[in-house]
Amino acid sequence: MHKEYLMGNEAMGLAALAAGVRVVAGYPGTPSTEVLETIARHNEAKRIHVEWSTNEKAGLEVAAGAALSGARALVTMKQVGLNVATDPLMSLAYIGVKGGMVVLVADDPGPISSQTEQDTRHFASYAKLPCFNPSGVAESYEMLQEAFAFSEKYSTPVLFNPTTRVDHGYATISVKDEEEYYICQPEGFRRDPSKWVIFPRLSYQAHLKLEKRNAGLTQVLSAYPRNEVLPGGGDSRRGIATHGISFAYTREVLAEQGEKAPRALKVATPFPFPEELAVSFLQGLEEVLCIEELDPVIERELTYICGKYHLPVKIRGKLTGDVRQAGENTRDSVAADIAAFMGWEVPTERELPAPPLQIQRPPVLCAGCPHRASFYAVKVAMQGQKCVFCGDIGCYTLGNAMPLDMVDTCLCMGAGVNMAQGIGAVTPGVKCFAFVGDSTFFAAALTGAVNGVYNQADLTLVILDNSTTAMTGHQPHPGTGRTMMGAQVEPVSITAALQGLGVKHVVTLDPLNLQAAVAAVRETAALPGVKAIIFKSPCIALEKPRGMAAVDGEKCIGCKKCIRSIGCPALTAAGGKVAIDPAQCTGCGLCTGLCPTGAISVTEGGR
Amino acid sequence: MQKNILLTGVGGQGTVLASKLLAAAALSKGYEVTSAETIGMAQKGGSVFSHLRVGEGLASPMIPKGGADLLLAFEPAEAVRMLGYLKPEGHLVVNSAPVQPVTAALSGIGYTGQEMLDYLRAHSPRLTIVDGRQAAAKLTPKALNVVMLGAALACGALDFLSREDMLAAIRSKVKPQYVAINEQALDHAAGQ
Ligand code: SF4
Ligand code: SF4
Repeated sequence: MHKEYLMGNEAMGLAALAAGVRVVAGYPGTPSTEVLETIARHNEAKRIHVEWSTNEKAGLEVAAGAALSGARALVTMKQVGLNVATDPLMSLAYIGVKGGMVVLVADDPGPISSQTEQDTRHFASYAKLPCFNPSGVAESYEMLQEAFAFSEKYSTPVLFNPTTRVDHGYATISVKDEEEYYICQPEGFRRDPSKWVIFPRLSYQAHLKLEKRNAGLTQVLSAYPRNEVLPGGGDSRRGIATHGISFAYTREVLAEQGEKAPRALKVATPFPFPEELAVSFLQGLEEVLCIEELDPVIERELTYICGKYHLPVKIRGKLTGDVRQAGENTRDSVAADIAAFMGWEVPTERELPAPPLQIQRPPVLCAGCPHRASFYAVKVAMQGQKCVFCGDIGCYTLGNAMPLDMVDTCLCMGAGVNMAQGIGAVTPGVKCFAFVGDSTFFAAALTGAVNGVYNQADLTLVILDNSTTAMTGHQPHPGTGRTMMGAQVEPVSITAALQGLGVKHVVTLDPLNLQAAVAAVRETAALPGVKAIIFKSPCIALEKPRGMAAVDGEKCIGCKKCIRSIGCPALTAAGGKVAIDPAQCTGCGLCTGLCPTGAISVTEGGR
Repeated sequence: MQKNILLTGVGGQGTVLASKLLAAAALSKGYEVTSAETIGMAQKGGSVFSHLRVGEGLASPMIPKGGADLLLAFEPAEAVRMLGYLKPEGHLVVNSAPVQPVTAALSGIGYTGQEMLDYLRAHSPRLTIVDGRQAAAKLTPKALNVVMLGAALACGALDFLSREDMLAAIRSKVKPQYVAINEQALDHAAGQ
């Protein structure tokens, strides 16, 4: 053992290594991404197969195949990724596995970087799969190893469900040296159709078995030391029930109270719920406050248990309006909720007068981002025509911000193509566009493109190809040809893929060449059927800046047309004129052509 | 010893590296460190923060309101936004150079940073103002994070660390060719 200062996701990556994982797959998604990256970084000997899969469903199936063959396998994703992988997961729960298999799904209370605040703990009960919920970095390291052993013992995949503050928290923890790692030696796939081929009759029997196993697990998990009751010294009528990072906040708040602290229940396995432990916790209490993030899972379980065992305990939480229904918990919100419940003095915040100005700071496309040029080119080309712009998931969702204002819809990964189709079907005289990034295209828009072609849609598919998965921190994808095993393989061509799917007209060009881009958009959008423009230009975070722009103060008349047209954050208003922020400008040149007086020029290179 | 340090700024300004350098320096002195930072969409020009807690027995990585010993703010409006986290007697080190959000440039609300600095002067007794624009002109805009750390050292807000501790952390985390400029950045505030 040795000590290391680690991010939660790094700790979980190292835990998978310590547990002898042999196959790791996943799709990038905040806050889960760094788990798989950590494993790839520690794979010099190439003993582990590590891949960014095209999407979560593919990743889960890769891991399932390995686990059926006796290997320990891990698949990682964010919460909405599990929606995509639900199909294989639901069936795999019935079939089970041989080698330990952990499905790591990171939830995002807030949400901070997601479309929904969905709670993976529900998926656990829906899929009937055991679920582990770590409360901090150190616990996530230990618990993930335990989850692998548990999975193998019960021949079932298990869900492992951290949240943002555990994933992206850092702490110094004890980690194993390589000599201490578990060694997994899979025997490879052994044929057994009675086991590995799902059929209605098999499913019926498996369903009965699952229910029986899970009923028995409530007792097993009641004895699992990470489900625990902190006795507390003070009030014997009230208790707190909590989980995950909220437990860390609760523990800190209660520690401040010393003797006065009430009894507390920490739920580490929300499914199967540690029922017997919960009963012993509830014994003698009159009121319990449930402090949870996302949904009131513990609150419902405790309410159910009180009914089942005739316990006269009032269960409070989100359902009773005692705890906020949405958004993430904070150290302060937990302190306030507990104080209100216990009748303690609610901590008051330092009183500060209102600030002189309210400065909103929504995220924006980076200065020099080629997506800005792509959106602007389409905007200019289609001016005066009735258009709908369907967006998608990635950095380019930020094309919604003023002044570009080029995103009319955004639903989920890859949805834009078919939504454009549906909108076009009922909105006469409209030109429909679907913007999709390169990684999202491979992950979720291929079937959409085929659907459009086959069902005679009329839309323009705009692929924003910056040769990376930028939003989540620049992961490779099939179009880049780089793999997580360190190999450079033949990249999958987006053009060839589209042509293969039946898209006849596909043009590729650099959006930073504004005039050509505008002309290409006009020409393409006028064609019938499904047609595609690939705007190809690398993400600025991966490139050396082309140069630097400068505004000639003599020529600038302060009309702000540059800012109003493209809203590049490197263009700032100062003293009635415009200035360039040298820390941000990449010299992309998009702004130069917009100025009516020709005040902006770019000097190439020289940084 | 227990120190709560909150770093705040705008995505892209380098708060994450500053927090990593602080953590590395504290760890090398044998302190326990927990931290949490913004990762995700906000990194694209939004408001970002890093909570850094140094000392024994801390369960959560997040600093409660009114609990920060030091607020290291890379941007004046962000300093104002996070001021409620600072202890009344805590240190505030702030970069005077504003980062204008596109929305402010569009609406023409005339955000200059001065109004925020006046507010901060009125509400934080232990205030250090760093002229980030001047430092960027003299060094490079990329060195802002280390300039800010140097200013925090110089005003005594990081009394558990020495200049040498910080320099060692820089050496361990920064590419060799950038060590010299970062050393200059570290001493920039002290030389003012
Ligand atoms: S050249 Fe103009 S548009 Fe491009 S990054 Fe610089 S200021 Fe922004
Ligand atoms: S468009 Fe030209 S003249 Fe108008 S504000 Fe921008 S730089 Fe100045």
